[in-house]
Amino acid sequence: MDYLTVIQILDSALRLATPLLLTCLAGLFSERAGVVDIGLEAKLLAAAFLSGAVAHTTGSIWIGLGAGVAGSLAFSMLHGLASITFKGDQLISGVALNFLAAGLTVVIGQAWFKLGGRTPSLTPDERFSSWEPSFTEAMSHIPVIGPAADELIAGHTVLTYIALAAVPLSWWVLFRTRFGLRLRAVGENPSAVDTAGVSVVALRYAALVIAGVLCGLAGTYLASLAAGFVKDMSAGRGYIALAALIFAKWRPWYALYATLLFGLLEAIGNRYQSISVGDFVIPVQFMQALPYILTVIILAGFVGKAIPPRAGGQPYVKER
Amino acid sequence: MSKMPKWADAVLIPLISILLAFFFSGLVIMAIGKDPIVAIKTMVQGAFGSTQGIGYTLYYATNFIFTGLSVAVAYHARLFNIGSEGQATLGGLGVAVVCLAVPWPHWTLALPAAMIGGAAFGAAWAFIPAYLQAKRGSHIVITTIMFNFIASALMGYVLLNVLKVPGSMAAESANFGPGAHLPTFHEMLAPFGINFNKNAPANVSFLVALLACVVFYFLIWRTRLGYEIRAFGQSDTAAHYAGINRVRIVIIAMLISGALAGLMAINNVMGEAERLIDNAVEGAGFIGIAVALMGRNHPIGIFLAAILFGFLYQGGAELAFWESIPRELIVVIQGLVILFTGALDNMVRAPLEKLFIALDKKKEA
Repeated sequence: MDYLTVIQILDSALRLATPLLLTCLAGLFSERAGVVDIGLEAKLLAAAFLSGAVAHTTGSIWIGLGAGVAGSLAFSMLHGLASITFKGDQLISGVALNFLAAGLTVVIGQAWFKLGGRTPSLTPDERFSSWEPSFTEAMSHIPVIGPAADELIAGHTVLTYIALAAVPLSWWVLFRTRFGLRLRAVGENPSAVDTAGVSVVALRYAALVIAGVLCGLAGTYLASLAAGFVKDMSAGRGYIALAALIFAKWRPWYALYATLLFGLLEAIGNRYQSISVGDFVIPVQFMQALPYILTVIILAGFVGKAIPPRAGGQPYVKER
Repeated sequence: MSKMPKWADAVLIPLISILLAFFFSGLVIMAIGKDPIVAIKTMVQGAFGSTQGIGYTLYYATNFIFTGLSVAVAYHARLFNIGSEGQATLGGLGVAVVCLAVPWPHWTLALPAAMIGGAAFGAAWAFIPAYLQAKRGSHIVITTIMFNFIASALMGYVLLNVLKVPGSMAAESANFGPGAHLPTFHEMLAPFGINFNKNAPANVSFLVALLACVVFYFLIWRTRLGYEIRAFGQSDTAAHYAGINRVRIVIIAMLISGALAGLMAINNVMGEAERLIDNAVEGAGFIGIAVALMGRNHPIGIFLAAILFGFLYQGGAELAFWESIPRELIVVIQGLVILFTGALDNMVRAPLEKLFIALDKKKEA
């Protein structure tokens, strides 16, 4: 394996990690506020479908992005309605929304475009273009650093940079602002927040709004990258993001590392059908399953303990 | 302090929730420019209008009874098992191993053996999440989701590298021998002079599913173990003080749950495909969630809900064929049913409770 191959794999890892990272941060905000979100997958699908469809119809990926975020937000609010307002089971609500999105995107897509649930392919103008600054091109002839700069720093779409910027931003919001403190408190001890005169409901809805926007970006990224929506295109990424969230122990910087690791695993799995270590061949299916296996091991507490926010999953009922 | 009569809780609330789910499904059908009335007629005609339709409806329902019971038994212990899909996948492997390992002389011998194989593999797949939940507190929802993905990867590997017939292109196992063939409704009903469609996949597994419903009832409401499972589900601390072993109940409830999901494979793998194919479960494990919620975790409710979803599945196929409404409409309906019967339960319940309290007051006055 030569240097250029390594760079290419890392480049593709970053590409694959971007939607995971955005989705993982979405789950981070929601779960830190005490709302468990299995419905990340639903938001990804809704955003990917609407952004693909609207970008094709209007010819602008930016309007598509707006539609994608709106679709993702709609699912986020439905989750809030069920699990915050009506105090329903958050897990069941998430499962329901995942089915709803998987079905609706295809049913509406078929009625809209008659392409078997796909949206028409997006032309290059209707997708995000990648950032190719002149300095990395000028650097590309420099050995070692050149190709790395060209592949890794440049050549990504705006959403990748937004996702990377979202990591310190999330950290700052959660750990350095009053809003963040309250948000985390609501996920640990909502009655204390309520006693302090701060609305638990408003904070949890706020967290779901942030989650909706982030998933909207992630879904749009998928549609833009694949030049359109296809059925079930999120392919379980919402669940992998959930796994990464546990892996990251509900912390922003660790979320970046976890999603990069999962992106790397996927990139390696895509590039090599089977990897041989000495006489032993690692099958490609093992690579596919590795993120899930790692998550189970982490969850089992064999490698450090992942402790979720204490009030996660429970609807808050005011004492009377 | 019951705020409303028992019948309202058991029948009225689910009924209203389902009607709401269907109402919104109707809106979706109208939104894509089709007529909901025509759609329902097509579905009823397709699912119940011929013995072929009935055969398919009952075939699907058989799958959903098993997975519905699987989700329900875990739910009685307040464990949300999303892993029935993976457990049913592994159950398929167990059934295939049993059917391929022995040249069975007759199905009456092959069926019990296959049931043991499917149940054992399904239970084994549920064991690790159960153990991790009971001993290390790893959330069972997340671990079972992970195990679904791991199961599908494992199945892909086994089919391609172990069970695939050499020289064949398809990633599927060899056909099971004739001795492992389960009688279909056509063969079962022919001696009684009833001419049931030959191509419909409904088979003797349906009767096994009915039997499972009965056993489930006695297990949950008439045995000590069932009492312990329900007590644990109601209050884990109270159960603990009553001397019920937490770890034991979590693991046993999940083992039964996994075994029931694994049993499904006698229907789809042994009864229908008669060989192991990739993605044989086709989401039936997830439908089990909807079926259990709708059926209020009671075998009679689960049976009725499974028939309803069997109807939706078969009717949905007809809808795709005749009305060119995609099959995914069923997934939408499924999502709406879970949303209204599960997550939005309080939306229906709260106003009804108020209504019944008001009625009570009127009576007293």
